[in-house]
Amino acid sequence: MAITYTSGEQVEVYRFSVPATVLIPLTAVFLQAWLPLRFHFFSNFDLPLLVTIGFATARRSPLAGLFTGGLIGILQDALTHHPIGLYGISKTVVGFGASSLGIKLDVENAASRFLLTIFFYVVHEVVYFLIARGLVGLHMAWSWPHELLSGVANALLGVLIFMLLDCVKQRT
Amino acid sequence: MDVLGRYRNLIVLVGVLFAQVLGLAVQVKRTTDTEPTRLIRIWAVGTVTPLERTLVWVQTSTRNVWHNYFYLRGVRAENRSLKAQIERMNLEQVRMSQDADQARRLQALLAFKEQFISHTMAAQVIGSSGSELSRAVYIDKGESDGIKPDMAVITADGIVGKVLRVYGSTSLVLLIDDQTSGVGAILDKTRLQGILRGRPSGEVVLEKVMSDETVPAGELVLTSGGDGIFPKGLRVGRVTKVSPGSELFLNIRVHPSADLSRLEEVLVVTKIDERQAEPERTSAARAVDILAERLPTVPPKTENTEKGDAPGAAAPGTVAPGAVAPGTVAPTTTGSDAKPKAAPPEASAGSGAPAARKTLGAGATGTDGMKVPPKPENAEKGNAPGMVAPASPSSEAKPKATPPQASASSGASAARKAPGVITAAGTDVMKVPPKPAKAAVEPKPQPPVENSPH
Repeated sequence: MAITYTSGEQVEVYRFSVPATVLIPLTAVFLQAWLPLRFHFFSNFDLPLLVTIGFATARRSPLAGLFTGGLIGILQDALTHHPIGLYGISKTVVGFGASSLGIKLDVENAASRFLLTIFFYVVHEVVYFLIARGLVGLHMAWSWPHELLSGVANALLGVLIFMLLDCVKQRT
Repeated sequence: MDVLGRYRNLIVLVGVLFAQVLGLAVQVKRTTDTEPTRLIRIWAVGTVTPLERTLVWVQTSTRNVWHNYFYLRGVRAENRSLKAQIERMNLEQVRMSQDADQARRLQALLAFKEQFISHTMAAQVIGSSGSELSRAVYIDKGESDGIKPDMAVITADGIVGKVLRVYGSTSLVLLIDDQTSGVGAILDKTRLQGILRGRPSGEVVLEKVMSDETVPAGELVLTSGGDGIFPKGLRVGRVTKVSPGSELFLNIRVHPSADLSRLEEVLVVTKIDERQAEPERTSAARAVDILAERLPTVPPKTENTEKGDAPGAAAPGTVAPGAVAPGTVAPTTTGSDAKPKAAPPEASAGSGAPAARKTLGAGATGTDGMKVPPKPENAEKGNAPGMVAPASPSSEAKPKATPPQASASSGASAARKAPGVITAAGTDVMKVPPKPAKAAVEPKPQPPVENSPH
């Protein structure tokens, strides 16, 4: 399953209904806040990030991607005690990048989705790390093995979530 | 215009990022008192927490129905074990209350002010922040319940964190393992003070302890009260590892007593009172009273009275309140001619209380009015240390110790440890034979003579 290069005319562009657009990110943020209390290992996953990537790659619109990512990130930030914008900026970048890449790549197959998710998970963590350390002054340690392993775990979950999103997306 | 159209996406991206960075910079610069993002947080919390609250309610209700109506296996056994635990703790409490009384008296002498938790509110944890880098949880109590920022949050096991933000019906609690938290802490035995902080990895460390100090692993860490949030003396955790840290300080890792990753119910300390320490005026419960409640009652033998036993002395197999429990001492009856008699074997057998050993160790809890330190050098063989009857100058009585075999025949382990139960009153100074090897609890040094009511 190779990642194939496709022209802008060849790619399918999808959209989501308003309830799906609102409820899916909300559910993702809610589960992200609730599940780690019951299953501590779940704090290694980032459901809102997976939803951001899923929406961005399906819509293939950089503007929609960056705004979706930004809003989901801000919502996620609002639940933490850190300043609002850490997740917001990271997910804005990811949303923009995923939708821009979605135009150029075939992101319909599981392998490309898997690799794409690992890549954007690392991008997300790098942006977050830089802002948190540089702008907010949080003490953070970077560990490549941890980030890559978390990336793989998130990518596996991401493939499943993208399959669920496929069920609710509509062809334009 | 073409350029703008061509790079429209990029320009919007830069604009959005710039706006967010600017907003972030403003938040970092400002203090939390004038929080500019409060509205966004209220919306977000107001959107997410009702779902969490509902889900937690459903989960709790289902669990309650299951545990309270269907799954009752082992409840009887658990009930029995809990009752036994209560009895043990009651006796332990007597011993501790005496220590506490003594501490209060000393504090009163020194005009100390003591802090104590006067009000707490139970709250349920309904959600987390959802981020590894923001170790915080949401509880289902907020402004409408009287919660305020900087209130301490604890569990029965230890401290949890402090209230950081308060919303209408929910609050955000910053956990002690977050890197932005700080708790004044003190090591239990070495009395070294430091600041407890979280690390990005989730570890909890005690900082600001000088590297020339010796801190053993396993030592208990308590709150010092220095932060003005947690009252002094609450359990924080235990030292797990000590290593040389940066600069002149030790790197002391602490394992929190409360399980911060599995929080379900917590207590918010809503009121901490401070008062001048004063000695307890009400008479505390005594070990004899607690033991007496459990002992079988046998009608008193009349010949005991005829032979000169003082009123209030224990009948065989019976310990009247205020009288004698196995391993304790009979009350004083001044001027009595009674000869102190050793407790018959039945008296020991009736106790059946292993916990009585603790009473022994507590030292002279059986006396109503006086406490006399153990005098091992004068002791006769057969009695437990610390069991002394008060002196009575007018008495001619001679103490008799219980024969060791009498106690040994009883089923009470406490009695076996304390064979020389002295039941008579109105005696001269009773000589107590020490048996330190058999004593369950080391006798504590007591003040020579004390006129306290207990």
